Amino acid sequence: MRYARRRFHVTASVARTTRWHRLFQIFSPLAFALLALSAVTANAAEEAPASNVAAAPATDFVGILSQLPNAGLSDKQQLLEQLIASHHASAQSVLKALLDEHLYSRDSDGKVFITEEVDTGLRLTDPETLTTAGTEAADGFSKVGTNNALRKFLRGAIAQFRLDDPDRSVRLVAVHEMLRDADSATVDLLRVRLSSEKDSAVRKAIEIGLAIADLDSDDAATRLAATTALSQTLDGDAYNKLKAISTANADGSYAETDDGVRNAAAKAAQRIEFWRGIYGSVETLFFGLSLGSVLVLAAIGLAITFGVMGVINMAHGELIMLGAYTAYVMQQLLPEHLALSILLSIPAAFLVSGLVGVAIERSIVRFLYGRPLETLLATFGLSLILQQLVRSIFSPLNRSVASPEFMSGTLVINDALSLTYNRLYIVLFTLLVFIALQLILKRTSLGLKVRAVSQNRSMARAMGIRSEWVDAITFGLGSGIAGVAGVALSQLTNVGPNLGQAYIIDSFMVVVFGGVGNLWGTLIGGMTLGVAGKLLEPAVGAVMAKIVVLVFIILFIQRRKQGLFPQKGRAAEGH
Amino acid sequence: MKRQYFKNVLLASCAAFGVFAGTAQAEDTIKVGVLHSLSGTLAISEATLKDTVLMLIDAQNKKGGLLGKKLEAVVVDPASNWPLFAEKATELLEKDKVSVVFGCWTSVSRKSVLPVFEKDNGLLFYPVQYEGEESSKNVIYTGAAPNQQAIPAVDYLMKDVKVKRWVLEGTDYVYPRTTNKILEAYLKAKGVKDEDILINYTPFGFSDWQSEVSKIKAFGSAGKKTAVVSTVNGDANVPFYKELGNQKISAEDIPVVAFSVGEEELSGIDTKPLVGHLAAWNYFESIKSPANTAFIKQWQTYIKNPKRTTNDPMEAHYIGFNLWVKAVEKAGTTDVTKVLEALPGLEVPNLTGGTAKLLPNHHITKPVYIGEIKGDGQFDVVWQTKGTVPGDAWSDFLPGSKDLEADWVNLKCGNYNTKTKKCSGQNY
Repeated sequence: MRYARRRFHVTASVARTTRWHRLFQIFSPLAFALLALSAVTANAAEEAPASNVAAAPATDFVGILSQLPNAGLSDKQQLLEQLIASHHASAQSVLKALLDEHLYSRDSDGKVFITEEVDTGLRLTDPETLTTAGTEAADGFSKVGTNNALRKFLRGAIAQFRLDDPDRSVRLVAVHEMLRDADSATVDLLRVRLSSEKDSAVRKAIEIGLAIADLDSDDAATRLAATTALSQTLDGDAYNKLKAISTANADGSYAETDDGVRNAAAKAAQRIEFWRGIYGSVETLFFGLSLGSVLVLAAIGLAITFGVMGVINMAHGELIMLGAYTAYVMQQLLPEHLALSILLSIPAAFLVSGLVGVAIERSIVRFLYGRPLETLLATFGLSLILQQLVRSIFSPLNRSVASPEFMSGTLVINDALSLTYNRLYIVLFTLLVFIALQLILKRTSLGLKVRAVSQNRSMARAMGIRSEWVDAITFGLGSGIAGVAGVALSQLTNVGPNLGQAYIIDSFMVVVFGGVGNLWGTLIGGMTLGVAGKLLEPAVGAVMAKIVVLVFIILFIQRRKQGLFPQKGRAAEGH
Repeated sequence: MKRQYFKNVLLASCAAFGVFAGTAQAEDTIKVGVLHSLSGTLAISEATLKDTVLMLIDAQNKKGGLLGKKLEAVVVDPASNWPLFAEKATELLEKDKVSVVFGCWTSVSRKSVLPVFEKDNGLLFYPVQYEGEESSKNVIYTGAAPNQQAIPAVDYLMKDVKVKRWVLEGTDYVYPRTTNKILEAYLKAKGVKDEDILINYTPFGFSDWQSEVSKIKAFGSAGKKTAVVSTVNGDANVPFYKELGNQKISAEDIPVVAFSVGEEELSGIDTKPLVGHLAAWNYFESIKSPANTAFIKQWQTYIKNPKRTTNDPMEAHYIGFNLWVKAVEKAGTTDVTKVLEALPGLEVPNLTGGTAKLLPNHHITKPVYIGEIKGDGQFDVVWQTKGTVPGDAWSDFLPGSKDLEADWVNLKCGNYNTKTKKCSGQNY
């Protein structure tokens, strides 16, 4: 089959002449017959339908297509190669439909259709003419299945059709797809494309791919040129190849016989290794900051209720959970507008958790000021009640909150470094929330009152501040921020009844470490713990990293009882 | 049905308080204990199994019960709390005097109830895949042993996918640690070098997978085909798969084969980015067989939700329940000692068109399937064993267990050492 396929590539793109075509037409049935025969002998034992292939080695488009549903997974690739070789105008559409799980066969007569799901069933498209063939109930159809290997092949095959696409980003993806599993035929195709390619990014991708292929060339000069071309890249495949040819085998010999090429390759590999190390550290730092910002986000509401008000609120985690469920409910209400629903859930979660917070303060916490143990017990009980409530309403199963388009995927900085968008947005979001909170506490009259009450309650009351009202609002603010954190967490982890429990310990840890009553302490503390955890993780593993961080905090609190940024002055001593 | 359930719960709670110990009605029924967590972290998976057992009991009663008596479920809630499992097991066996118990999920919970069942001579059907290295006289293991799930999965990856480099990623507790130990020994026996195996553990409920996934990515880009064998359990799977999707690790490049991710777990995630990742089980909902179609229909009618999925441990309970019914009919009594004598050698149909036979080592024969995740949260079977695989209690790939054999028919021993010809007597 390889033979026939390569022949096809060459004919299709290098010399599309009638002479080649004729040659191909003579060759192909022969090759197919041979192939089908070998396929049958190989698979006769396990795949009964394979015998169809031998009985009628159909080379026409419709004939091949009709064999597809019943073929075993290993035979399907060969059938698809024949399909491509048939030059049919709709071959690409069929491959695309198969890749997207849209290719179905009708159970009654075995006819294959490209389908689209509509409310009434499946809208059928005839694969040969690409005209609509009515809509039928989905019951009578079976999907034509694929597996990983087949999908990889399909992507590569479709990419070859797209190499001439007018859109440069489509071409770039196509080049990358083809290079994933490059053989000499794809390399030839790319070489041809390079001569007419204008876009610099696509050119570069092709050049790197070709250079990697050229490292296998028989000509030392070509290999040297390829090594030089690869010396400026950070590409992983290039590194593997360069490393392979410049490292000694077990017997001391080298895969690369030419000294000049080998030295150049070793140098290039060394350079790539160096830069990858640097970018690797940048990546770890980013991971740390993003873990830190999750910690800060979860803890910053607590920094207000626990830090500023001195209330040990064990139900803080459940307020986060309520925020996450708000995001889930918003998404159920606006199923068509993912991005909008996430943006709207931020204020919605703030309101929901904030109102629940105010209710908690008014009904429970306000009777327990100055009695930390009772507060702890009461709010812990409340946290269990809230969990069970959610379990009863939404079931104990986790709910899935989908990520909007702009939050999935990665920001590719170069071949060695790419940052995931969802983490990037959460770091930014944390900073925004932090700035907003600082502004509220430092620049608004509410903030002034909150600070006044927390510093000296009786003096504040003497100045005419309604301290009870301020308490309720402050608790509501802290709870609302917890809800906002829940929306962010819904993008990272499970939305389930136990979501809160997972973050309550971490939140207290961050607030205590950063210094009670200090938002800056929470920010710096959370980020420090995040980065420390991620720096440790590659060395000692995730389990040990967590233990080491905990031990570190215990020791730290022994030395500095007030945390990183202790509160100074009357406020700290007054309590 | 609802009334029946209510009655069951009422009876269970009455019995639990010891109010009606030994009333007239209790003597007319055969009591079946259900020991699954209905609250706490494991409620996600275990609540489904409780409903499965109730459904099977309900169906059996409609057929006229067993030995002329009705079955009566005694449901207790061990609340995902290991010591509570032992307490509730004692309650079931000593207070309620149940004839059989269907229950437990994690290995920790099974290990916690084991001494209770051996002391009170109870009978436990355990429906979840586990790490092996155990065979108790009083436990019937209807889930997969490592040689019925992990080893065939690795074989598939090695032979069909041509994987050369392996990441063994697990949650940090007994099942993943033991399974990975077995797999590591197996891979090394197959000639895989040390530097081509990466073993990683994360805590329960781990959610920050960035570094782990980035490590997998780096390990997998060394030019050799790499696969991840995941024994990550529970909630942690969702953020794990999300991060895989975000860092653009496609199943075509680095497939992840999971032993704890089934239809139920996938119903909580958007599976589009996961298409092509693998799972190894002994049952998939998507397998077409008349028994399976009937079972799915029965389940969805019972639970009154046409979208509820079925999964592998549910099939294990289905097999276990039918084995028990058959053994009781054969023994003519529900007496545990007699039922245990009747059990080995019995065969009942499984849901995938074959039969499950209970072996003398208290494990059963199972077919092994490898499925690829599809966009709709179901699995496409891409590989399966020819026929069924007998469950092996003691792994052949661990130095300490190689010579051990479990046989409750002839040897009457859970860990007979074939070299020293001795039974240590301790079965776990």
